[in-house]
Amino acid sequence: MKLYDGGKILIGLMVFVGIATFPFYYNIGKVNAKPELKTDTPAIQAWEKQYGKKECVESKEYMRSEHMQLLNNWRDSVVRDMNRQYVSMTSGRKFNMSLQNGCLECHSNKKQFCDQCHNYMAVKPYCFDCHIQPMEKEENKS
Amino acid sequence: MSMDRRQFLKIAGISSILGFGASVASATHTIWEPGLKPPQVEPNPDGLIAKRWAMVVDMSKFKTDEDIKKVTTACHQTHNVPDFRNPDGTVDKKFEIKWIWEEPYERTFPGSENKFMSEHIKDMPFIVLCNHCDNPPCVRVCPTQATFKLPNGITMQDMHRCIGCRFCMAACPYGSRSFNWTDPRKAINPATENKAYPTRTKGVVEKCTFCTERLQVGKLPACVEAAPKGAMFFGDIEDPNSEVRKIVTSQLTIRRKPELGTGPAVYYVIGGSDHA
Ligand code: HEC
Ligand code: HEC
Ligand code: HEC
Repeated sequence: MKLYDGGKILIGLMVFVGIATFPFYYNIGKVNAKPELKTDTPAIQAWEKQYGKKECVESKEYMRSEHMQLLNNWRDSVVRDMNRQYVSMTSGRKFNMSLQNGCLECHSNKKQFCDQCHNYMAVKPYCFDCHIQPMEKEENKS
Repeated sequence: MSMDRRQFLKIAGISSILGFGASVASATHTIWEPGLKPPQVEPNPDGLIAKRWAMVVDMSKFKTDEDIKKVTTACHQTHNVPDFRNPDGTVDKKFEIKWIWEEPYERTFPGSENKFMSEHIKDMPFIVLCNHCDNPPCVRVCPTQATFKLPNGITMQDMHRCIGCRFCMAACPYGSRSFNWTDPRKAINPATENKAYPTRTKGVVEKCTFCTERLQVGKLPACVEAAPKGAMFFGDIEDPNSEVRKIVTSQLTIRRKPELGTGPAVYYVIGGSDHA
């Protein structure tokens, strides 16, 4: 069997495959890279000094999967039920149920922490249209 | 059970005619169940509690315009209320947001003026705010229960639920509610912004909350703190020993538009003697 213009077709095919798969290698090492989440803010370091370990409101695993629901519940508890303190199921410690004065006091590196993971997961919480974010230096921008 | 779109619409149509669908949207039953209950959540132990919060305002104790300005500014800065201005420095009425502000006598107590009353009172500015009514029309018309009564009498505004329909603004006889026609952050001075309190966003209605967030951590409302001595009182009117109760029992006080039956919790002392 003879392939007419075989050379041109092969080149064409190679170009096509190259273009079609371009997004995959273009993104290698970029979006695919799991964000590294830093929990070494001054507030967390102070906490570690006082209690001997790093702790969130609940376990890291729980927070990772449930923080959205937890925040919704905090919001309703505070605004509708007048409860302002949360008792941790993990440590029994009490936390101020506040987004900007609670979560973000420890996670004051919001851009590198919350935002980085949200960007990776392509979620965009609208909470910060109202809730004021910590001031961060421009170079921290993700 | 499988149902195609056409069947679904038929059933939905028939049931709404029969009135089944209506109960879902009815604002008279609670559409909210707490996700967290005690003992997992608790009030702040420093919080102030009352059966029924109320306020007494004595305008005679405000000696200058400065005294009034101090009070309104304290509130508006505490709550990040935007200050929209025209190029010439006057208030931009189109975008204005008010939690606490000044009204002349005849707009505060319309119908109670007469042509012989003292010029002094007629010209006196009155400080007005949400009255946290016993019977608030705004709560009755809110389709999402974004505005609702707390057990302590405060008419609360849940910004998270507000859909900006503005029924509450039409219902409120005191003009206590403002709508955000544009992004309020444009008119908040970053230097005086309260980093501990959220702003609002375009498309929601806001108003005074009797500083519920301050009461819950043991502080009096910001306006009361900033007022001249003896000008504003705040307390539990159901408590016979509270200052507000003593004043309201012992002196003549008036409330705004009592004939409407809303039952305001803000009382005005007109006389001007010393009390409590
Ligand atoms: C007392 C300080 C503190 C507070 C308050 C706090 N966090 Fe954390 N958070 C931490 C620390 C420390 C870690 C890391 C825990 C670990 O490494 O085990 C963490 C971990 C997390 C994680 C998991 C990150 C990962 O690696 O997957 C999430 C998500 C999170 N926090 C969200 C929140 C949210 C949302 C709030 C408010 C509801 C909040 N945190 C409040 C200190 C805090
Ligand atoms: C480990 C990754 C991760 C970190 C860190 C993280 N989030 Fe999230 N967050 C998510 C994911 C994933 C979702 C979307 C969940 C969903 O849609 O079910 C989400 C959703 C949310 C939502 C709900 C958004 C919505 O539209 O419903 C809020 C609010 C939120 N995160 C706040 C925070 C805050 C505040 C922090 C930092 C203190 C934080 N998150 C840190 C992964 C993370
Ligand atoms: C329209 C403005 C607005 C938006 C949008 C908004 N909030 Fe709020 N939020 C408020 C206001 C106002 C309060 C009342 C603050 C108080 O009483 O201390 C509040 C209170 C809260 C509280 C309790 C008190 C505190 O200091 O945090 C939580 C938790 C909360 N919001 C979570 C959220 C989350 C999560 C989102 C996004 C999914 C969100 N809010 C979006 C305005 C907003």
